[in-house]
Amino acid sequence: MMKGYLSSGMTTCAGCAMELVARTVFETLGQNTVVVIPPGCAAILAGYSGETPLHLPVVMSNLEATAAFASGIRAGLDILGKENVQVLGFAGDGGTADIGLQSLSGAAERNERIIYVCYDNEAYMNTGIQSSGSTPTGAWTTTTPAGKTTPRKDLAQIMAAHRIPYVATASVAYPEDLSRKVKKASQAQGTAFIHVHSPCPTGWRFPPSKTIEVARMAVRTGMWLLYEVENGKTTINIKPGDLPVQRYLELQGRFKNLSDAEVKALQAEADARRAFVRSLQT
Amino acid sequence: MRKVMDGNTAVAYGARLSRVQVVPAYPITPQSSIAETLADFISQGSLKAKFLRVESEHSALSAAVGASFAGARVFTATSSVGLALMTEITGVASGCRLPIVMAVANRALCSPWSLWCDHSDTMTLRDQGWIQLYAENCQEALDFVIIAFRVAEDQLVQLPCIVAEDGFFLSHLQDTVTVPAQEDVDRYLPPRCPGYLVLDPESPVAANILTGPHLFTEDKYTVALGMERARTVLETAFSEFADVFGRKYSSVMDYGCDDAETIIVSLGSLNGTVRDLIKKLRASGQKVGLLRIVAYRPFPYERVRKLAAKAKNVIVIDRAPALGEIGPLNQDVRAALYGLYPAPQVTGFVLGLGGRDIPQSDLVKALEYSISRNGDYPATYGEAWLQVEVSAK
Ligand SMILES: Cc1ncc(C[n+]2csc(CCOP(=O)(O)OP(=O)(O)O)c2C)c(N)n1
Ligand code: SF4
Ligand SMILES: [Mg+2]
Repeated sequence: MMKGYLSSGMTTCAGCAMELVARTVFETLGQNTVVVIPPGCAAILAGYSGETPLHLPVVMSNLEATAAFASGIRAGLDILGKENVQVLGFAGDGGTADIGLQSLSGAAERNERIIYVCYDNEAYMNTGIQSSGSTPTGAWTTTTPAGKTTPRKDLAQIMAAHRIPYVATASVAYPEDLSRKVKKASQAQGTAFIHVHSPCPTGWRFPPSKTIEVARMAVRTGMWLLYEVENGKTTINIKPGDLPVQRYLELQGRFKNLSDAEVKALQAEADARRAFVRSLQT
Repeated sequence: MRKVMDGNTAVAYGARLSRVQVVPAYPITPQSSIAETLADFISQGSLKAKFLRVESEHSALSAAVGASFAGARVFTATSSVGLALMTEITGVASGCRLPIVMAVANRALCSPWSLWCDHSDTMTLRDQGWIQLYAENCQEALDFVIIAFRVAEDQLVQLPCIVAEDGFFLSHLQDTVTVPAQEDVDRYLPPRCPGYLVLDPESPVAANILTGPHLFTEDKYTVALGMERARTVLETAFSEFADVFGRKYSSVMDYGCDDAETIIVSLGSLNGTVRDLIKKLRASGQKVGLLRIVAYRPFPYERVRKLAAKAKNVIVIDRAPALGEIGPLNQDVRAALYGLYPAPQVTGFVLGLGGRDIPQSDLVKALEYSISRNGDYPATYGEAWLQVEVSAK
C-alpha cells in the first residue's frame, strides 16, 4: 500500500500540526474522497503551479466558500450516481469561524452530506498571524499586539446548534480519537463537522519539537475539550483535564505578557467551559 | 407548442429543455421566479435535477462551480447585487473552464437602490471570461439558454455563459413563446461531456491551485483562446439552431445597415423599439440602420467594423454608465472602428438607467443631437446623458 495520500517534503513549517491532522484525515477517509481546501496554510497541500503532493482529487476553493463548493460537488456527484464518493472540506479557523461561517451554516442547515474538518491554529497564520474569531483570550497576534481582549467563538457549539448529525472536537495529540471521529463523520447521514486543535509553532511561539506536548497540555488543562455530539447527544471522550491553565500558557510565547489577573480570568473561562460541556453530557 | 409566458418562465423552460442537473440559486428581484419555476419543475418531477437553496449568491455560484467540477450540467440565475456578490467566483468559473450557464435578469446596481432594469450588473463582468448573450424578447430568452449550453460546453470553448434578459421589460413581460420539443433539443444539445478537469477519485486532479508567475499568464491565455474560439462556435451553434428550430440568430444582427448613413448600436429589449423607429424613419427617406449586438462577449469586433464602416454617423446606446469613462458598449464600438479612414463619427448615449423607459422620442433626440454635433465633443467625452433633467445638469 502506498504510505499516505500526501507525499512527504511538504513546505509546511517544521512541527506543523495541521499537516499531521491532514494526513490522519486523508488516511482515514481513503481514496474515494474529493477534497476542498480554501486559502490558508493547508492550501499548499492542494499543490502549487501544476504540481500536487495530494493523491486525491482536490480543488482549492475561495476562503469563504468551502462548504458551498463542497455542497455543489455533493450535488453533482449525487445526480451523476456517485453517491458513494465522500466530500471533504478541510479549512482553517479563519476560513471556517469567520469569513466562511455563512456558507458553512447554510450547508449545515441544508444538512448536506459533507465532512467538514476545521484545523484550528487559532489565527490567520497564512497571512501572518492575525487574530481570528477563534483566537483565545489574551493571545498575542499581529492584530492583537497587546493580547486579545474578547473570548473565542465556540465553533463546535455553533455547529451543534445546527442540529446536524455529527459534531466533534479533536486534537492532533490524540490521533486515534481523531481517526475514529473522522470515520464516524464519514458514516453520518448529513453534515459532519470536526474541530481539531492544531498548534502552530510559528504563530504560537514555541519550538517545533513541542507541538504534541502543547496540544496534549491544552487537553490536560481543560483549555481544549474532547467531545462529540451525535444526533444531539453529547459524549465527553477524554476526561477534561484540570491542571492549571498556566501549565499550557507558559509553553507558548503568545501568552508571555499575560498579567496574573489575565491568567486567572483564563482559568475561570476554562473552568466554566469544562462545567458547561459536562452539563451537556446527561 | 406555443404558450404565453414571461421571460423568466421562458428561461426556466430553456433550462429544463437543456436537462440541467444542478440548480443552486438565491432569490432576488427580478430573477426570483426563474429559480421558483425550476424548483417547481423539479418537485413535480418534470426535471430530474438537484435544487440547492443556498444562503447567498456567493454560495450559489460556489456550489455551481463545485457541481460543474463534479461533471454535472449546472444552471443558476441572478440579478444586480446578487451578481455583484458572485464576482469573487465568476473568474473561478471561467478560469477553471466550467460551462455553467447563468441567466441574469438585468437590474441596476446600487447606489441608490433600484429594482429596475439597466445593464450595470452584467457589464461588471465584461472582462471576466464569461460569454454574454443579450435577449431581445421572451422567445430568445428561452432559445439562448439552450444555445448557451451548446456553446459553453463545446470542447473548443469550455467557458461559462450569461444569458441576459432585461429585468421587468423581459423578465415579467408576457409574450407568446414557441416551446421546442424535447427530442429536438436533445438532438441539438447532447449530454455534457466534461473534459479532463473533473473531480473524480478514479483519476485525481488538483484544480485551481496556487499558481506562480511562470504559469499564470499561460493559464489566462487559454481562457482568452477559448473566448476567441467561441466566436466561430457561436455562429455554428446559431446556424444549427436555425436548422433544427427554424429561428435565425447571430452574434450581430443588423437591420438596414447596408445603405445606412446613421447606425444605432444597442443591446437587449431596446432593439425592438429601435427597429420600429428605423422602419418609420426609412419610410420617410432617412437612411438609418440598426446594429444589434447579441453576443456582447466575445465582442464581435470584425462584424461591427464591417457593418459600420460605410456609415457617417454611429450612435451607441449604453444602458449602463462607466463612471470616469465612456459607456462600455461605446468603448467597444470605438475600439472596433479604430483606424478606419474615413471613420464614422461615434456618439454615445447613456439612456435607460435604473428602469427609465427609452421612448422613441428620446432616440430621435439622440439622432438629432448626433447630427448637430458635427464633430464636437459633448460635455462628457464622446457621450451624452440625454435623459438627465436640465435642473440636474
Ligand atoms: C476573500 C479573501 N479575503 C482574504 C484572503 C486572504 N487570506 C488568505 S489565507 C487567510 C487566512 C486564513 O486563515 P485560516 O483559515 O485560519 O487558515 P490558516 O492560514 O491559519 O491556516 C486570509 C485572510 C483571501 N484569500 N480571500
Ligand atoms: S504557520 Fe503554523 S499552521 Fe501554518 S504551516 Fe506553519 S506551523 Fe503550520
Ligand atoms: Mg488559522
